[in-house]
Amino acid sequence: MTKKIKNLNLNFGPQHPAAHGVLRLILELDGEVVEKADPHIGLLHRGTEKLIENKTYMQAVPYFDRLDYVAPMNQEHAFALATEKILEIDVPIRAQYIRVIFCEIGRILSHILNVTTQAMDVGALTPTLWGFEEREKLMGFYERVSGSRLHANYFRAGGVHQDLPQGLEEDIAGFCETFPKIIDDLESLLTENRIFKQRNVDIGVVTKQDALDYSFSGVMIRGSGIPWDLRKSQPYDCYEQLDFKIPVGKNGDCYDRYLCRIEEMKESVSIIKQCLSKIEKGPIKSLDGKISPPSKKEIKQSMEALIHHFKLFTEGYRVPKDEIYTAVEAPKGEFGVYLISDGSNKPYKCKIRAPGFSHLQSMDYLIKGHMLADVPAVLGSLDIVFGEVDR
Amino acid sequence: MKNLIDLEKKINSELTTKINKTKIKHNQIYLETDKDDLIDVVLFLKTNTDTKFKQLIDITVIDYPENNLRFEVVYLFLSHEFNQRLILKYSIAENEIIPSITSIFPAANWMEREVFDMYGVSFKDHPDLRRILTDYGFEGHPLRKDFPLTGHTEVRYSEELKKVINEPVKLEQNYRNFDYESPWEGTKYIKEELDSNDKKN
Repeated sequence: MTKKIKNLNLNFGPQHPAAHGVLRLILELDGEVVEKADPHIGLLHRGTEKLIENKTYMQAVPYFDRLDYVAPMNQEHAFALATEKILEIDVPIRAQYIRVIFCEIGRILSHILNVTTQAMDVGALTPTLWGFEEREKLMGFYERVSGSRLHANYFRAGGVHQDLPQGLEEDIAGFCETFPKIIDDLESLLTENRIFKQRNVDIGVVTKQDALDYSFSGVMIRGSGIPWDLRKSQPYDCYEQLDFKIPVGKNGDCYDRYLCRIEEMKESVSIIKQCLSKIEKGPIKSLDGKISPPSKKEIKQSMEALIHHFKLFTEGYRVPKDEIYTAVEAPKGEFGVYLISDGSNKPYKCKIRAPGFSHLQSMDYLIKGHMLADVPAVLGSLDIVFGEVDR
Repeated sequence: MKNLIDLEKKINSELTTKINKTKIKHNQIYLETDKDDLIDVVLFLKTNTDTKFKQLIDITVIDYPENNLRFEVVYLFLSHEFNQRLILKYSIAENEIIPSITSIFPAANWMEREVFDMYGVSFKDHPDLRRILTDYGFEGHPLRKDFPLTGHTEVRYSEELKKVINEPVKLEQNYRNFDYESPWEGTKYIKEELDSNDKKN
């Protein structure tokens, strides 16, 4: 007697705690084995690129916070760098250090979230509780410098919005002393944990060739053994003057990517320490009055400053006709901005290259032949945030 | 090749007629080609030992509604080995169908779907050309310059019908686009103007 067997189609998400946001994943299952995965994205599409085309350069910055909302300032950095390059303005050295410090804080924020939720997806709850306590402290630093825990709107073309408040440098230094202990604690829970290893080792293996073909970047490409980090290979701001290592994986599986993230957090702490020891007093934004708004004190005394202030916050500055692609090493990979300016005060086009977009695209290739239970593990190690995938 | 100028020469001598224009700026190389030569050019850039642009970073389109060839299709490439970035472009008219490069770079799949969704440019030989970012049943192509910022329809939950419905956008006040036209310009212009004035005097 023969029985007809049909593959099962399963809807994973859009509301599912392990989908890391609003992902609708349509899985074709043969028993418990995944035959095909078809991610449906766009449930968080807000038309960021269209909105940016209708805003001045300064008004466009907050939209970048809302892309990868786990590490907001790294996104702003890419946009600030793109505008600076077209405007050909220099960034004061203090501003460069401040930006690097906050980018690394963003990296730690993102990696804590990813490592701990990846652990939660495979069954461990404690790392999340421990890790989020640290995230709270880091977001406190964000708040003290920009006034907002998440949507910072802090980086500007030519520098940053305002100087570090008193005492913040010491507090960040203090955090750098205590945080490595927390990383060790997290590692003691996960790195040699039998269940964690069983769920992650040899799951979602990416070969070097496929990492290139599928446009992987960041930890996804380093986990597969390609030592590529834009902070080293195409340094921006003051990364050239800092000494740090690039952790590289060997097997390209979920476990190697987890290890890379842990090591990167340690490197980030060392980068922040170096910045804090090198940072000096000085201006924090470009001295060009046609780009950087004047201080409140100047506005009260100088007519010219008042006019500048008024013009900058109504018309904004004009950016000469040009096109440029700039990328930064965001926590999730290469985050790029392809900016077309037409000489007016608004970008003609601003294409955002989000790393998560190409990572999620490979879901079908990564998950084929794996079990259903591996879907959250692979998804977790891809480090997907829907703000940037859907834009 | 390590040097951008050498690379530009190499590309020009190897691809001769297939490349219309080259330019080096911002430490990146910009190429212009034709729609029909795209596949050859991309294959060359990927496989040649002196170029090795093995990673496709992004595909996008720039819309110039006033031009005859309305859309400019842009491909961004990265060569890890030589640490270089390349921007490849060509212009097409509206409704023109362009070749897909998914067979060369699998990553192009979603990027081309996004271009199709946002600009309505169709690709030949694409395995699965569906909308990607917009809602199921969405009409129009949002990133075209003639698509209004507010869109055409808005979504709400209807208490009478007990379901989510789409209806035409009703605005209390139209979107206002302020014209900031003024002689107030960035420093670079002023510097240039002063320089040219100096020369004249």
